[in-house]
Amino acid sequence: MRMRAVLIFGLCLIASALAFAQTPSEADIEQRARHVGKSLRCVVCQNQSIDNSNAPLAADMRVLVRERIRSGDSDDEVIAYMRERYGDFVLLKPPLQANTVLLWVTPLGLLAVFLIWYVVQSRRPRKSVELVPLSEDEQQKLQDLMKKTELPS
Amino acid sequence: MKISLKALLPLFIFLALGIAFAVGLTKDPSILPSQLINRPFPQFELPDLFDETQILDNRDLQGQVTLVNIFGSWCVACGQEHGMLMKLAREKEIVLFGVDWKDTREKGMRWLERGGNPYTRVAFDEDSKLVIDLGVTGAPESFIVDKKGQIRYKHVGPITEDIWEHDLKPLVLELEQAP
Repeated sequence: MRMRAVLIFGLCLIASALAFAQTPSEADIEQRARHVGKSLRCVVCQNQSIDNSNAPLAADMRVLVRERIRSGDSDDEVIAYMRERYGDFVLLKPPLQANTVLLWVTPLGLLAVFLIWYVVQSRRPRKSVELVPLSEDEQQKLQDLMKKTELPS
Repeated sequence: MKISLKALLPLFIFLALGIAFAVGLTKDPSILPSQLINRPFPQFELPDLFDETQILDNRDLQGQVTLVNIFGSWCVACGQEHGMLMKLAREKEIVLFGVDWKDTREKGMRWLERGGNPYTRVAFDEDSKLVIDLGVTGAPESFIVDKKGQIRYKHVGPITEDIWEHDLKPLVLELEQAP
């Protein structure tokens, strides 16, 4: 009899622990929702995340994010849910995929091109300019010119 | 006089940038491609604007080509569009299903009393439930739904005479021919 009571008590403990593990705490939900909200664009104001936008639609989206998390969605599932409805645009950080390759690669490409150009330029030996001394004729002309332009004292 | 190509490089860069900006900056960034074209209209259950005990759902969109129109009494552009919607309803061009978005019942009803009610049914979407499922970003927005309840077209902004004649009407006529 006593054995059975202990067993039931133990099972209750395990069950409550399981239940606790499955339903995330409110603080936990809030933290995750804010994290997810930061990566979702407010589609009305466009350059703010739903987490820091005052638009009414953003507020409703924040509520929806919390609802999805509460119903057991992972963070990625919540984001996928929004993406299914609003497209890639709802992500503040564009994903790396076929139509965004240019966006991601161009800055790196430009940097590489510049570095290559710089290295090539700095390695190239500088062209030395050969100095040809003035001929006697030219010396004479220069002297004459200098005399002419001298200010009368 | 010989001009070296190198000297013309800045000009070429300038022209290329000019073209890129001319295309990029004249696009309206608020028009987003819809994810929902040729997909079934999202499942919804919303109360009727005029009678909160009555629930509207996807069955209200079955069997006929419908124009689902998102509006709200707070929406300025919806006022511009309203006359056109009234005309469509009067001339029985298409069945109009309204979604009153982020509104109060009182204001929504007053809006339709004053401007006339072109809609056969008006759902009341206070918390953007259907609106988010539709990927709507602002009002007015309109969707054309075929007889089987599939979304076939999305229009962002007010429907004008011109847009109706050129973009929407041909599609509606085509969809009405379909079984």
